Amino acid sequence: MIIYIILLLFLLLLMIGTAIYSIVQRDLLYAVIGTGVISLILSILFLFLQAPDVALTEAAIGVALTTIVFIITIRNTVRFEEEPKRPSKPASK
Amino acid sequence: MRDILEIIGLILLLIGGIFLFLGGLGIFRMPDTYNRLQAGTKATTLGGMSVILGVGFLEPGWIIKAMVLVIFIAFSNPISSHALARANYKRKNYPYLKGGAEYDQYREVYVNQENKEENK
Amino acid sequence: MVNMIIYITLGFMITGIFFAVLRFIKGPTAADRTVALDTLTTIAMALLVLLAFVFKRFIYVDVALVYGVLGFIGVLVIARYLEGAL
Repeated sequence: MIIYIILLLFLLLLMIGTAIYSIVQRDLLYAVIGTGVISLILSILFLFLQAPDVALTEAAIGVALTTIVFIITIRNTVRFEEEPKRPSKPASK
Repeated sequence: MRDILEIIGLILLLIGGIFLFLGGLGIFRMPDTYNRLQAGTKATTLGGMSVILGVGFLEPGWIIKAMVLVIFIAFSNPISSHALARANYKRKNYPYLKGGAEYDQYREVYVNQENKEENK
Repeated sequence: MVNMIIYITLGFMITGIFFAVLRFIKGPTAADRTVALDTLTTIAMALLVLLAFVFKRFIYVDVALVYGVLGFIGVLVIARYLEGAL
């Protein structure tokens, strides 16, 4: 049983790394694909923790619905997020 | 009879695991998007079908749903692979043609001259 | 014997998932990342079926079926967007 716990912790670290990458990303399309990867690994984790109904809902909503809605949103708005303004910096840059 | 089914299922599981690992390794090591698509789609198709059939052999009551999953993988995986390759081609990422291939059959032009400045 | 081969197969699958996520983080274009997502979908379907066999529950196979159908639709939508035809 200790092998399953090691696999669970490894998947958890992968999910956290993908989430951090998806947050700091400026290209919104990459962030949407990252959301799909996060939802995939999270569904496997829910199945590890003996919750098949939550895994089913996560697979249905996180993979298909969120991806499609965000892709249509990106299609209608902009793809690249602009750089944040820094008001307190001096204008030397 | 039960032992024979179990041995076949275990061999299928091992083959499927090795092919899934090779698919992941190929998608990490290949140099081009089309090569990555080739490695990541065909190897994982065989691996996924083999693992699911192996589970169906190990647990003989599940064989019908395992067959449904195998048929679904056999239909859906080439479609998504083809859609991705077509989208990548429409974005003007042409494949890296080295040496022999000179005739691009999709655009129906000879690409040996212009290929050099497109894929540096 | 059965447990040993199941552990080896799980290890291979988790290593494949690790390499695919690495390609997702590293990949230079959007198509590479979508290819990584497609590969991850197939590996995850096999992993879910194998976990259903490990936990001896028949209902867990349905999660793999739903996951396969919906992940396929998601990859198709992203591919159509990249093509510019959505």
